[in-house]
Amino acid sequence: MNPTMMNSTSTQFVPSRRMGIYEPIHQMSMWGDFKGNNCLDASTPMILEVDPKLDNQSEDTSHGTVGHSNKYDQEASKPPDKVLRRLAQNREAARKSRLRKKAYVQQLESSKLRLIQLEQELGRARQQGMYTGSALDASPLSYAGSMNPGIATFELEYGHWVEEQDRQLADLRNALQSTETGDVELRIFVDGGLRHYCDLFKMKATAAKTDVFYLMSGMWKTSGERFFFWIGGFRPSELLKVLLPHLEPLTEQQRLDLGNLAQSCQQAEDALSQGMDRLHQILGAAIAKQLGEGNYLPQVGAAIEKLDDLARFVGQADHLRQETLQQISRILTTRQAARGLLALGEYFQRLRALSSLWSSRPRESS
Amino acid sequence: MERIVKLASENGILIFSKSTCCLCYAVQILFKELRVQPRIVEIDTIPDGLEIEKALKRLGSSGPLPSVFIGGKLVGSTNEVMSLHLSGNLVQLLRQHAV
Repeated sequence: MNPTMMNSTSTQFVPSRRMGIYEPIHQMSMWGDFKGNNCLDASTPMILEVDPKLDNQSEDTSHGTVGHSNKYDQEASKPPDKVLRRLAQNREAARKSRLRKKAYVQQLESSKLRLIQLEQELGRARQQGMYTGSALDASPLSYAGSMNPGIATFELEYGHWVEEQDRQLADLRNALQSTETGDVELRIFVDGGLRHYCDLFKMKATAAKTDVFYLMSGMWKTSGERFFFWIGGFRPSELLKVLLPHLEPLTEQQRLDLGNLAQSCQQAEDALSQGMDRLHQILGAAIAKQLGEGNYLPQVGAAIEKLDDLARFVGQADHLRQETLQQISRILTTRQAARGLLALGEYFQRLRALSSLWSSRPRESS
Repeated sequence: MERIVKLASENGILIFSKSTCCLCYAVQILFKELRVQPRIVEIDTIPDGLEIEKALKRLGSSGPLPSVFIGGKLVGSTNEVMSLHLSGNLVQLLRQHAV
């Protein structure tokens, strides 16, 4: 709450004191209403300070009507035109008081919204601190989040996504370790796991619309994961390399299919990488065109069109990740696919842990 | 529209693209890697490019370029090409219609 705002509204009461005896009492009872509606009890003492003349009347705030009737008795003896004038002044003061109250309430509402925003940011920064173990890592993230509500939403949702991922992996681990788990049950786990990754890609597509550079930076991930980053996420070809040892024993057909998939994946990745390089060049050239002219709007305008292309690349890379996952699950048996999903999930968990451990390691003083 | 049909029937592998579109470029790189040579029509460099773009949308092309035709039939955009490739069917399809 802004203390200077409080001062300005309360000082506005000062000139109105001179308008007549009635006004302060009227306003005091109005502010009395306020006390119940908000936690800013600081308001009442401030008003009392401003109106020292009303000290004996402050006890009467709750008995406003009693005070009023006293004043009315005195009023009956005054000339009528003065009475009329004073009544008009009363109305005027009451109207102004209502306007001030409205402005005050509006200020309260926007402060409440700001408070909610701050609490969300704090929660996010705390969550990020959990994954990275370092306050330094958290700050660029919360900075970006506070600048852009779409990104703030994404970060929040990503936090939930990771929590859900950890839960699913724990359940999957238990299911695989138990000898009683059948293929039907495992199939449910596999489909659920694949769908969960699809959810992430959908979230990223929405976030790319608000800030595609953020998606390219990978700032929502831990620094360890960012080391292996490729166009907004993990490398599909890397995926296969991670999973292969955990899928044994494989049939010859499966080995062949997986080999072909690995090759296709690599080729698709290379094509997208080269496309990205070209986009780099074109975007850089668009921004660098005709430097030193002061007015940069035409170049920036042209560059913004290129960002649509960039968003498409991120979408294409995610599509490649999704298709690779789908193809792998088609080639494997249900049990193999379940083992593969567990291995993949654990791989990312370890990467995240690596970041935390590194940043929280005891530092030797030189 | 007739232009599209004519071009598609004349060329086994046809890609409609734009010179500034980097995703189109990526698809071209992929085809080169697969050792096929598609006919590439850059619609921003030809006179009735806009007409072709509209006609492609009417054909039900998923919208953005590139638009890939193999054996006279519309395959789709980058998504479809990538899906085909990962499922192992693209190479076969390309070999059937390569010059």
